[in-house]
Amino acid sequence: MNFQETRNNFRKKQVSAKELTEESLKKAKEKSELNAFISHFEEYALERASNIDANFDEFKDKPLGGIPIAHKDIFCTDGKKTTCASKMLENFIPPYESTVTKNCNDAGSIMIGKTNMDEFAMGSSNETSFFGPVKNPWGQSLVPGGSSGGSAACVAADITTISTGTDTGGSIRQPAALCGITGLKPTYGLVSRWGMIAFCSSMDQAGPLARDAFACSALLNAMASYDEKDSTCSKRESIDYEKGLNKDFGKLKIGILKGIENLGISEEVLNAYESSKKILEQLGHSFVELDFTELSSGICSYYVIAPAECSSNLSRFDGVKYGHRSEAKNISELYLKTRAEGFGDEVQKRILIGSYVLSAGFYDAYYRKAQKVRRMIKSKFDEFFKDVDLVFLPTTLDQAFEMNRESTDPNRMYKEDLLTIPANLAGLPAMSLPNGFSKNLPIGAQFVGNYFSEELLLNTAHKMQEVTDWHKMTP
Amino acid sequence: MAQNDTLVNGWQPVIGLEIHVQLQTNTKLFSPAKNQFGEEANTLVDLIDMGLPGVLPVLNDGAVKQGIAFGLATNAEIAKTMVFDRKNYFYPDLPKGYQITQLHYPIVKNGVVDVEGKQVRIHQAHLEEDAGKSMHDVYDSESVVDLNRSGVPLLEIVSEPDIRSAEEAVKYLKKIHQIITYLDISDGDMSQGSMRCDANVSIMRPDDKEFGIRAEIKNINSFRFVEKAINFEIKRQIKVLESGEKVEQETRLYDSVKDETRSMRTKEFANDYRYFPCPDLVPHEISEDLVKKVKDNLSELPEEKQKRLMETHNLNEYDAGVLCADKSTADFFEEVAKEADAELAAKWIIGDLNALLNKNDISLKESKVNAVNFSKLIQNISNNTISGKIAKDVLDEVWQSGEDVAKIIEGQGMQQISDEGELEKIIDKILAENTSQVEAYKSGKDKLFGFFVGQVMKATQGKANPGLANKLLKNKLG
Repeated sequence: MNFQETRNNFRKKQVSAKELTEESLKKAKEKSELNAFISHFEEYALERASNIDANFDEFKDKPLGGIPIAHKDIFCTDGKKTTCASKMLENFIPPYESTVTKNCNDAGSIMIGKTNMDEFAMGSSNETSFFGPVKNPWGQSLVPGGSSGGSAACVAADITTISTGTDTGGSIRQPAALCGITGLKPTYGLVSRWGMIAFCSSMDQAGPLARDAFACSALLNAMASYDEKDSTCSKRESIDYEKGLNKDFGKLKIGILKGIENLGISEEVLNAYESSKKILEQLGHSFVELDFTELSSGICSYYVIAPAECSSNLSRFDGVKYGHRSEAKNISELYLKTRAEGFGDEVQKRILIGSYVLSAGFYDAYYRKAQKVRRMIKSKFDEFFKDVDLVFLPTTLDQAFEMNRESTDPNRMYKEDLLTIPANLAGLPAMSLPNGFSKNLPIGAQFVGNYFSEELLLNTAHKMQEVTDWHKMTP
Repeated sequence: MAQNDTLVNGWQPVIGLEIHVQLQTNTKLFSPAKNQFGEEANTLVDLIDMGLPGVLPVLNDGAVKQGIAFGLATNAEIAKTMVFDRKNYFYPDLPKGYQITQLHYPIVKNGVVDVEGKQVRIHQAHLEEDAGKSMHDVYDSESVVDLNRSGVPLLEIVSEPDIRSAEEAVKYLKKIHQIITYLDISDGDMSQGSMRCDANVSIMRPDDKEFGIRAEIKNINSFRFVEKAINFEIKRQIKVLESGEKVEQETRLYDSVKDETRSMRTKEFANDYRYFPCPDLVPHEISEDLVKKVKDNLSELPEEKQKRLMETHNLNEYDAGVLCADKSTADFFEEVAKEADAELAAKWIIGDLNALLNKNDISLKESKVNAVNFSKLIQNISNNTISGKIAKDVLDEVWQSGEDVAKIIEGQGMQQISDEGELEKIIDKILAENTSQVEAYKSGKDKLFGFFVGQVMKATQGKANPGLANKLLKNKLG
């Protein structure tokens, strides 16, 4: 059952919030081998569902009224464990609620659990989690993508119809593509970062994951809000994205990349991309070729800026106030042992890189230069959007890959993010949707839009999903 | 460039100060927790001040306004856009593992203050958050942290190396103290740490083209120690250089007990703070409107206040200047002068009251003397209820106990004897008992007049109205 039907049934009282919740909890248990969850809140969820049923009138018209949801374990939840998939926060219970989860609660959803992810959102395969990897519902030996791998797997496995994720370099779009679902990274500043554990503050952005654009629009309606507790949040008039799905934006000019066949994208992904272009053409849209030779420098810029910010953001995990604390004889030993024990390898690696690129004597060569590249990519997009309404790209280079993939190239995993990173560097909204299958595994493609063009993105994806079935496929 | 009167053994000291001022805002720089001193440990702490995961800073506009006010008062440039940076280092009282400060785009740049006719330039003044407080002596085996101070807004005022002697450094520091207290942006209390000072000190030969290697002295927490620490450091550096060695660029701590500076860390062990722009706070624009608003509401500055006191209270320039050196004194004077004679009040504040404060080395606020009571004292002098001499005793009593002036005068029978009949009787008795002196006086020994006055005061325990006593004595002695 998809989100829209589920919500209709709830609104017509054909199904209760309690029944929906029981169903989700049951499926979560059945599919526990996916390891999609870090925490389950069975008792809490059932109680809340009963409460919603008892106050049906209050909840029936809310965008997420009566709908079970799973939140990425990066959002702080008041009185409920929030781990960020790290040993460092294995037993951390925040005394405050993130704006995203609060907004979702206010919209009537029922949190059934917190989903697994790469540790501190650092990873593209969900293998860096302290709580073990998440398995892809399409193939248990395959990765679901990351870092929002648990959230994507949860929706792909039909445990919930909607889930939340965060996207710093592709962490919503890439797992959505590898799991065959739809995911949107909003414009930086549309969704509040308050209570969302920071990885790279200047790029982190929360967004919805669901089967289709319709559900994403309903979830985004709930998630997006101006929040004075986040100084990087934009003050804008709120838009009803669900309503926007029925708008007619006319024939669009869609940007495509010149020389895309030379980027190392797999044949399967390129084939799916080409067929999607045909569908877009049939919908009346036209294409403009864009010269984006700077694309690949985006990765270099990202893997300087993101570690730099993370090295600073993760300094607070020092064993003094909360979280993991090692036995130590003095303060420096406390820092060293706590952080060596509490953080996994990938996180430590990025902290080291980040500390290095910010250090005296290297700042100009790395951090400053990376910021320059970032500005260049941003202005490149500004230029593109003078001519086109959207940019259309594959989301990933390839389909879901095997866990524990061996590689002689230490940067192999980072290169996975080639096509998703530019939107994060520029702060632009981007949305991935399923656009094909090969070897019985899903493939995704993405639209990148101009700032705050979520309505157009969702509308375009929705129109495409009205004439395709890729998003309806289940493992 | 060198001024010869500041040379020490032929060496020219070159000094710059970094002054940290705690701003008096209602809440902290980036959190809604209260900004207050002296509360129970860890009671003024918000999620943000604890550096919990996922929490974000929101800039306090009040602190921005106070920073602008300081810029306006020092004829500085106010930034159109200011940027906050992160200064990264590990310390238990720094919950986030970084301090939010301003490095390249501070709120205030290129100011100047007049220190007794000499212009000392201010390189910049920037906003930053204070750290918490580590305490090592509360428990035997453990150190603890109080986060009440964590996130308290600071304005760090960095001077150019324009200062040439320890004495001048203290004068500059006092000038900054005067400005911030007049602007009412800080209480400037060095003993409570709301004003703290680091000094950069180097020495050079007067004809050298470049400054010498400097040492930074930290932890100087009183005006007196600033002078002592700098003087010690100048002598130390002279010794080092004259013995053929080199001054090391380092951070030194001033130990007020031993009156010496000690090496804390040398350059090679200096922290690499890995500054970068804080991504949680977008570059902050300061509108011309806001600057104008602050300007329109700017508190009266010392020079303005001095001028006004001269005009409205008919004070001379010197007296007005002394009163205005310290804002609390000037405010005290104005309060006293509401009811009492202004010139007399000024005379008593500058004279006897200041003497008591200096002797006891405390501030007006810390003393038991309040303006209303002091005003009563002056009024009692003006209307001849007590003599000046008795007034000194009353002031001593007020200083000791803080007791109401009227009660002291009444309780101890200190009222002046201004009754002509009563005083005449006393004088008659004295003249009768000292006939030989009366005769001597009458035969031309004018100097003896003082003797009779003294006798009257002695007989009345100083309570005789001096004017009346003089008049009566003159009449009677012919």
